[in-house]
Amino acid sequence: MRTGSRLSAAILALFLAGCTGLPAGLDPAGPAAEMITGLFWWFTAICTAVWALVVLGLGASLLRARPADDGASPLDRGSARRISATRVVTALVGATALVLVALTISAFITGRGLAQLRGEQVRTIEITGHQWWWEVRYSDGGPAETLATANEIHVPVGEAVRLSLRSNDVIHSFWIPRIGGKQDLVPGQVNHLDFTIDKPGIYRGQCAEFCGFQHAHMGLVLVAHPRDEFERWFSSQLKPAQAPRGAEARAGQQAFLSRSCVMCHTVRGTPAGGKIAPDLTHIASRSGVAANTLPMTRGALAAWIADPQAVKPGAHMPRTELDSDELNSILAYLEQLK
Amino acid sequence: MSSSDEGLRDTGLDSVRLHDWLSRTWDHKRGLVGWFSTVDHKVIGRRYIITALFFLALGGLAAAIMRLQLARPENTIVGPDLYNQLFSMHGTTMMFLFAVPVMEAFAIYLVPLMVGTRAIAFPRLNAFSYYVFLMGGLMMWIAFAFNTGAEAGWFSYVPLAGPEFSPGKRTDFWAQMITFTEVAALSVAVVVIVTVFKQRAPGMTLNRIPLFVWSELVTSFVVLFAMPAVMMASTMLILDRLVGTHFFNPAEGGDALLWQHLFWFFGHPEVYIIFLPATGMVSAILPAFTRCPVFGYTAIVLSLIATGFLAFGLWVHHMFVAGLPQLGSSFFTASSMVIAIPSGIQIFCWIATLWLGSPVYRTPLLFVLGFIVIFVLGGLTGVMAAAVPIDAQIHDSYFIVAHFHYVLVGGAVFPLVGAIYYWYPKATGRMMSERLGRWHFALAFITFNAAFFPMHILGLAGMPRRVYTYPAEAGWSAMNLVVSLASLAFAFSFVLLAWNMMRSLRHGTPAGPNPWTAGTLEWATPSPPPPYNFARIPVIDNVEPLWRGNGSPAGEVSGLRVDARELLVTTLTEAMPDLREPSPADSIWPLLAAVAVGATFFGSIFTPWAVIWGLGPVAVTLIGWFWPKGAPEDE
Repeated sequence: MRTGSRLSAAILALFLAGCTGLPAGLDPAGPAAEMITGLFWWFTAICTAVWALVVLGLGASLLRARPADDGASPLDRGSARRISATRVVTALVGATALVLVALTISAFITGRGLAQLRGEQVRTIEITGHQWWWEVRYSDGGPAETLATANEIHVPVGEAVRLSLRSNDVIHSFWIPRIGGKQDLVPGQVNHLDFTIDKPGIYRGQCAEFCGFQHAHMGLVLVAHPRDEFERWFSSQLKPAQAPRGAEARAGQQAFLSRSCVMCHTVRGTPAGGKIAPDLTHIASRSGVAANTLPMTRGALAAWIADPQAVKPGAHMPRTELDSDELNSILAYLEQLK
Repeated sequence: MSSSDEGLRDTGLDSVRLHDWLSRTWDHKRGLVGWFSTVDHKVIGRRYIITALFFLALGGLAAAIMRLQLARPENTIVGPDLYNQLFSMHGTTMMFLFAVPVMEAFAIYLVPLMVGTRAIAFPRLNAFSYYVFLMGGLMMWIAFAFNTGAEAGWFSYVPLAGPEFSPGKRTDFWAQMITFTEVAALSVAVVVIVTVFKQRAPGMTLNRIPLFVWSELVTSFVVLFAMPAVMMASTMLILDRLVGTHFFNPAEGGDALLWQHLFWFFGHPEVYIIFLPATGMVSAILPAFTRCPVFGYTAIVLSLIATGFLAFGLWVHHMFVAGLPQLGSSFFTASSMVIAIPSGIQIFCWIATLWLGSPVYRTPLLFVLGFIVIFVLGGLTGVMAAAVPIDAQIHDSYFIVAHFHYVLVGGAVFPLVGAIYYWYPKATGRMMSERLGRWHFALAFITFNAAFFPMHILGLAGMPRRVYTYPAEAGWSAMNLVVSLASLAFAFSFVLLAWNMMRSLRHGTPAGPNPWTAGTLEWATPSPPPPYNFARIPVIDNVEPLWRGNGSPAGEVSGLRVDARELLVTTLTEAMPDLREPSPADSIWPLLAAVAVGATFFGSIFTPWAVIWGLGPVAVTLIGWFWPKGAPEDE
């Protein structure tokens, strides 16, 4: 038994050494995540101590020296020690209750602290969960400043952000471990998640609530920029798609507009206005394809367009029959949608 | 009761004639009809246990395939379609077809023996419950074999499990399987409660009931109040799916979270339905191997009852990130913390028992010790998950997968395996191999921890549950490989158990009535017990009646009929002899009724009219079941 615990301790050490750092969930990128991580370590310390004490007590009770068997009926065994045992057990139950009260209060304090982090001036971003991608919409600034993108959220560093979470189909759950806890996206209601990011960087996450076939491939990326960089990103995203340059890209646009692509996708500035799949106006500026299942490369994009069902079986994007010229021209077009 | 004035009584019969008479009266008939007609709780209990272990093997196989798939990133052993079915079948099977039935099965087998009676209460209802359970389980696995397995998880959250996002029959089979196992579980709960309340041996006052029986009694009450919630939920789901109601459809004024409330109002008590009997097993095994009565009997009984009540006040901690008001969540944090106290009391009492007694390290005790080490860890990660901010991070991640496997495998399967080693000699008359048992324990303990401990870290590293694959860049590959290898080794430890069980059936050393010199009444009967359990009903004056000076109970009851099935009914609190009550004879009708009910449920998957057509056969079989035959049990 002790071999077992030593073994698991050794395995734990091995893993921690093998990782490049702490697990994402314990490597906070903002004040909310920091508070959660602090509470986590506090609980872990107390619980580890309690577990160690129980196992020590168990070991001691097995190993203690025992008087020779006096042949008394088992019914009377230990009766002399029962009173002291009662005292010890009562004290331990009392101590357990106190520890639990302390833990409960610390959980409440952290919960309150998290609630108080919410600033007055917040930027709201609407996230809508779809099978199996994330619709991201910035609509704080009125119609002219409304921006739709997908699977990638950009925020300025140090600014309070509030995600307003909905779902159009089934329940999903928004989870980027380094920014803090998760929150479900439940059809028929709007949930919120508040956070602030301290450090510029790229933070990865994925859907945490089982949402069907491709639950495993519903990734999302959060990019935190310094304020001015964020503004530049925002204004560039507000622009309609640029016109295709070069014959191949122009042919690509024609192919895109004449094929079933337009039924579902929007490319602002063109007749393509489908609303049920990700907005592609600036797809080439994003870092991933198919809800971050693949990196944004020409090859990955080609694989995805040529046969979505091979990349992400069950995904709602149908296979479109394209000859290789059409495929290449569409790729050339999409690659220009920066 | 006219029969009380007639018939042959056991008073004055010598033991040979007594045995002849009782065997003739209580034994079931040979042949196929006899096999299907028996209402002997030991036969039904044995079938229940074997069937539940069979489903454990199927559920374990599903898990093994999942771990093969997850051993490498971007693996393609199974695709998302099969993987989603596999984890849904794994969870559903382990919860509904293994854990709950096996814990009830132990009650069916052991409770009548432990309280000192000849038969379980309502034995035909008991037999009926087994056939309903068997049909529900087979139906779901046969459906799976035809590519119609459950696919929306064991929790079947709507709208994913609703008509729009889970078309086809897969979720219908799941929902109807729930109905089957509900009917079975509720029947057993009734049977166990009445047996414990009314059929205890004279002298078995409330404070002399074995702790295992107490745990099964509390569990039965929890079943009684928890199961109707999921029954209603699964019925509403099937109505949404088959009849076009909109209970869970937000677009038509339904509510997606309503399902979660109903499901977890059952689903959390479900954990205690599995865990409480396991604590009873621990409390039964400990005295036998420490040679010391369990310390703190009253405290443990009160803890069991407290757990039974508190189990109903925790369900929202499964929904902390679903967007409920914070104040409500705080209440459920507190209640989730509070339930650690009764569990703590039991743990401390068991350790005190070990301290006071002299441990004898046989396989059942080893599994109990392993249980304490593992379960306490799982309980403490549960305390962590009770804090809303921490739960927001670990919810639906592999941390939770680790947590509940520590609680359910450590907290229920380890005691259960200990209980198999402990009671196997009683049921079969032969001992299991001790040497193989020790190897089994060592392998199970080490590989369990190696398989499930790393999952905590995987969860913290951001790996969500129920993903059929993960990218290599995520950095989860090495740990997943270790988890997969260890879980295959853990699965192999169950092969050792199966081998030990099968081999010992022929080659085990004969056990005799009481191989562990244990103190409770089941060890007063021969191994295996005769169909009538006790030649004479014992009278007891102690919680460990066989530990009195001469190793037998304080006295015996005489005056029961031997030419017809008759039980002694005693009073609820003091267990004073009260009535002589006839016990039903064998009957084929429970099987036929179960078939009629099963066909109705099965048919309703395809057309709601099956409920109407099914009424006929169900009515016929029930009329046959209850038709007055002038036999003693009808009077």
